[in-house]
Amino acid sequence: MTDYTTFSVDVDGDGIALLKIDVPDQGMNVIDEALMKDLPAFIDEFVSDDRYKGLVIASGRDNAFMAGADLRMLEQQSGVLDRDAFEAGMTLNRAFRKLETGGHTDREIQREGKKAKPVAVALEGLALGGGLELALAGHYRVAADSPKVKLGLPEVLVGLLPGGGGTQRVPRLAGLQNAAQLITSGANLDVKKAKAQNIIDEIVEPGRTIEAAKAWVKDHVETGTLQPWDVKGFKVPGGAGAMNPKAVQFFAAANAMALAKSKDNFPAIKAIMSCLYEGTQLTMTKAVEVETKYFLSLFADPVAQNMIRTLFVNKQAAEKGAGRPDGIEPIEIKKVGVLGAGLMGSGIAHVTAKAGMQVVSLDRTDEDAQKSIDYSRKILDKRVKRGKMTQEKADAFLARITPTSNYDDLKDVDLIIEAVFERPDVKADVIRKTEAVIGEDVIFASNTSTLPIGGLAENSKRPENFIGLHFFSPVERMPLLEIIPHEGTGERALAAAFDYNRKIRKTPIVVRDVRGFFTNQVFPPYVNEASLMVTEGVSPALIENSALNMGLPIGPLAVTDDTTLKLGYDIMRSTQEEMGEAYVPSGTEEFMENMVTKWDRAGRRFGAGFYDYDESGKRLGLWKGMADHYPLRDDQPSQEEVQQRLMYALLVPSARTYADGVVPDPQSADLGAIFGLGFPPWTGGPMSYIDTIGVGAFVANADMLAQRHGARFTPPQRLRDMAERGETIYGGAPRAHTQGALDRMLEADVVKIANGLGIAASLDDRKAETVRKILQAQQSKKAA
Amino acid sequence: MAEAFIYDAVRTPRGKGKKDGSLHEITPLQLAAQVLKAVPERLDIDKAEVEDVAFGCVSPVGEQGAVITRTAILEAGYPIETAGIQVNRFCGSGLEATNIAAAKVMSGECEMAMGGGVESMSRVPMGSDGGAMISDPEAAFDAYFVPQGISADLIATKYGFSRDDVDAYAVESHKRATQAWDEGRFDKSILPVKDVMGVEILAKDETIRPKTDMQALGALNPSFAMLGQNFGFNDVAKLKYPEVEEINHIHHAGNSSGIVDGAAAVLLGSKSAGERLDIKPRARIVSMASIGSEPTIMLTGPEVAAQKALKTAGMASTDIDLYELNEAFAAVVLRFMQAMDVDHGIMNVNGGAIAMGHPLGATGAMILGTMVDELERADKETALVTLCIGGGMGIATIIERV
Repeated sequence: MTDYTTFSVDVDGDGIALLKIDVPDQGMNVIDEALMKDLPAFIDEFVSDDRYKGLVIASGRDNAFMAGADLRMLEQQSGVLDRDAFEAGMTLNRAFRKLETGGHTDREIQREGKKAKPVAVALEGLALGGGLELALAGHYRVAADSPKVKLGLPEVLVGLLPGGGGTQRVPRLAGLQNAAQLITSGANLDVKKAKAQNIIDEIVEPGRTIEAAKAWVKDHVETGTLQPWDVKGFKVPGGAGAMNPKAVQFFAAANAMALAKSKDNFPAIKAIMSCLYEGTQLTMTKAVEVETKYFLSLFADPVAQNMIRTLFVNKQAAEKGAGRPDGIEPIEIKKVGVLGAGLMGSGIAHVTAKAGMQVVSLDRTDEDAQKSIDYSRKILDKRVKRGKMTQEKADAFLARITPTSNYDDLKDVDLIIEAVFERPDVKADVIRKTEAVIGEDVIFASNTSTLPIGGLAENSKRPENFIGLHFFSPVERMPLLEIIPHEGTGERALAAAFDYNRKIRKTPIVVRDVRGFFTNQVFPPYVNEASLMVTEGVSPALIENSALNMGLPIGPLAVTDDTTLKLGYDIMRSTQEEMGEAYVPSGTEEFMENMVTKWDRAGRRFGAGFYDYDESGKRLGLWKGMADHYPLRDDQPSQEEVQQRLMYALLVPSARTYADGVVPDPQSADLGAIFGLGFPPWTGGPMSYIDTIGVGAFVANADMLAQRHGARFTPPQRLRDMAERGETIYGGAPRAHTQGALDRMLEADVVKIANGLGIAASLDDRKAETVRKILQAQQSKKAA
Repeated sequence: MAEAFIYDAVRTPRGKGKKDGSLHEITPLQLAAQVLKAVPERLDIDKAEVEDVAFGCVSPVGEQGAVITRTAILEAGYPIETAGIQVNRFCGSGLEATNIAAAKVMSGECEMAMGGGVESMSRVPMGSDGGAMISDPEAAFDAYFVPQGISADLIATKYGFSRDDVDAYAVESHKRATQAWDEGRFDKSILPVKDVMGVEILAKDETIRPKTDMQALGALNPSFAMLGQNFGFNDVAKLKYPEVEEINHIHHAGNSSGIVDGAAAVLLGSKSAGERLDIKPRARIVSMASIGSEPTIMLTGPEVAAQKALKTAGMASTDIDLYELNEAFAAVVLRFMQAMDVDHGIMNVNGGAIAMGHPLGATGAMILGTMVDELERADKETALVTLCIGGGMGIATIIERV
């Protein structure tokens, strides 16, 4: 027997092997390079060595069966599509197929009646991605009756598809509809649902899965076994193929629903649907080959690489505290004082209590302070009602929040977060009153979104302990946290901010103390651009749909209504006052004034904005009266033109924050834009987007927009310099553009890429023609 | 190049395309064979004169599969020498088939060729042939296909037609069809269908409702609202038509074409063949066009096809005396009239598929025949026949009375 580093193998008296996976140097079992080497080797040994009569696969870890593939390994994929890449990509699928067929060919199974040695899988904990796919390659799955067991194929969330047979075995067990639901959503199934869908075969008490799996194997040693799909006459449950009316109906609707949800921005969604459609018409042997080809094609598209980088690698690094200063002992935060029980304060109190910390929620009166309790109760009641939480747990949750109007109650807190009214004098007052009570080393954080942290810190006796923690509303749902040290913030305060964040599990970025921090430097230019277009007579529906189709979660006009035009107007006015002559008009001043003061359309909260609303605040439709003030242009711009203006209204200020050092690195801008602003996640964020089209194309288009629409689009000098030097933002040489990537890009970007390659393309050409020319030019460049 | 002339056109009456429809018991083979048989017999010429037959059929599977045209030729008693081809250009199939027959005459390949089509929608339901277009994700994601009803509602929304507009159009279709039947305007081309015993089973279009009014139509629920809203098709359409805020669902069973069974045949030949056989040409093919158009809105192809056919003929839209556009959905016709500035007074003068039904593979040949009859009856010169087509296509043929 060979020595394996990632699992142990014990053979019992009946010849039944127990393989216990325990991948070293990983928090949970994952498919990493070591396991990729061991597993196929063992499977070869298992099918060929007569000493083995059957197999049980289990985890040697308490925390999980297996959490999927190590994405860091996948991030290294070259994206080259050729025979060698295919052969390498088939490693796992071939091994899994060998395991379920006993190494017999389809012909041997069909004609000679060959069978496989029985393989059962014991699931005591979660099995995700490649972990579930390994389990599906076994003939029988036993799961523990425990909430710890979660089964899912989350690959789609990072732009991939389950490439270890998941797209083929799930539909053959559960039918196309369940498979599409599971794989395109990336959601998990609990044991009961998985059993109902045939994804597992048996549920037993926790701790007894190996025993039950062994019993099944023992029963099948004599007869041997086959997967249902290897038995003659097998049919996909519910039907498959373009001649099966049910399957046709399913695909017609499922394609549309997937398209409507993804807006065709996620190549993985389409690839998953294609795997389901094409694969279920083939034998399993062929089906996993097609799946592998689609899987590899996703690596040739920048979407997966951008998503893995930002949504997985960088997100995880940020959450683990990549920006936390080194060498500072962890700061234990058990009790937090939250000042102000308004919308933000209550939300902060809620997420803090949710993380198990005690909260003192302070406001001017006991009655006001009570609002934070009401806020949490409303959320918890819903969860209890839906059966997601017990009443006892909800009660315990609420008991962690202590409402008060007495500053003395703050005396033993470990951290203060203030979320009081956005007025410097009010803030100064609470800072003074609080510091009089709290311990000397307690960190004081401000949740201000408009006032400079440094300015507020001037009110503090201990400015080194003073820091900004900028949450987003609604706090319990918005994933970003901006951490803003001012110039005098000490390292310990910064470390404490990270240590607190680890508990509430937000995605943190560190931002320099400038007006608007990161998100509010990027957001206003974007919504202003939408307003400007309205005043130019661009159809509001076109603006909204162009943004939605690009992957924004909500249209810019709708989100302006939600944050209210009043707020934008007030900020504009105060900025004007503050900056005086230096104020640079955005061009929306008169429009905003009209909307807020003349036409009574100050935003959703006020009952009217760009949209009409009913009395409950439900959005009805775009306000038709807008056209009376700003008549629709006869020559409406194309969707591409609108998208380009909206996209660059996000890209240019994002690039500026990066160029000016407002964020320390491109990762932070990417994370901040996606998790704070809803920037389209398929891009990996604005910096990844710029890298994908190329810094040169970005600069050229920004210049063109600046010329056409105004200096606000002027790209920062730092990026201009990078473009001249042929640099990329994330480092390394610029990659060649793939057809898929070019197809997905705005035509203006494609044209600039072509121009950069010396091709005389323009927007008047057909985009597909320009794409063809770029691919051709890249090819001949490579050949030369 | 030779000119192609229409020597005769026949069609069956259209039977309700359901299990209780009068033609449900008649096989598509019989429908096709009966019209095939009728034409040479009416003209009293030898069937051997017809060298090739092209028949449209949109669901060519099951009993409509395996080249139904050739099967029907043999069934209709043609000599073994007559060839047959089955043509599928969705709703344009019947006209495409006659265009092919005309082209065969023009090119000199044939002296005489037959066009036509057959569809028993009650026996071989729409969609029976599956198709990559709707099921294969590669196709669905690349072209943003939506069901035709969504496309029709999109046309109405984009071009500003209200529920009242489309319903009023539908009422008029029934009115005109009723009047046309009452005045015997279809008499020349209707071929009653016979059953197994040879007894006449249907002699008149079965789905016309002379009493249809706005009130009756107003009671019908829109057919595609749920499909559009719950299955994501509206959002798919908006990927390509972002200027549309919400799709206004206004089409329903009463203002869309009916599902029916039927067949038609049109005999085309050269001038010399007519002279040789001593039969009189009734109309001349002036020009023909088939085009592709944007596939999501799908049904705006007729205006493009019509423009192309007009251009080929060196004509202007005002040179056409009568227009015939298949009434797939009311908004399709309303949009064509709007785009081409065509008066309703010369459009679909004898009603259309909203009243009489749309037997997919045959309709194009049927409405071509209708125009041949109408030019003669009304003493007009030119007609343009056109249809909107699935997948984003259009077809048009201009004819001239001789």
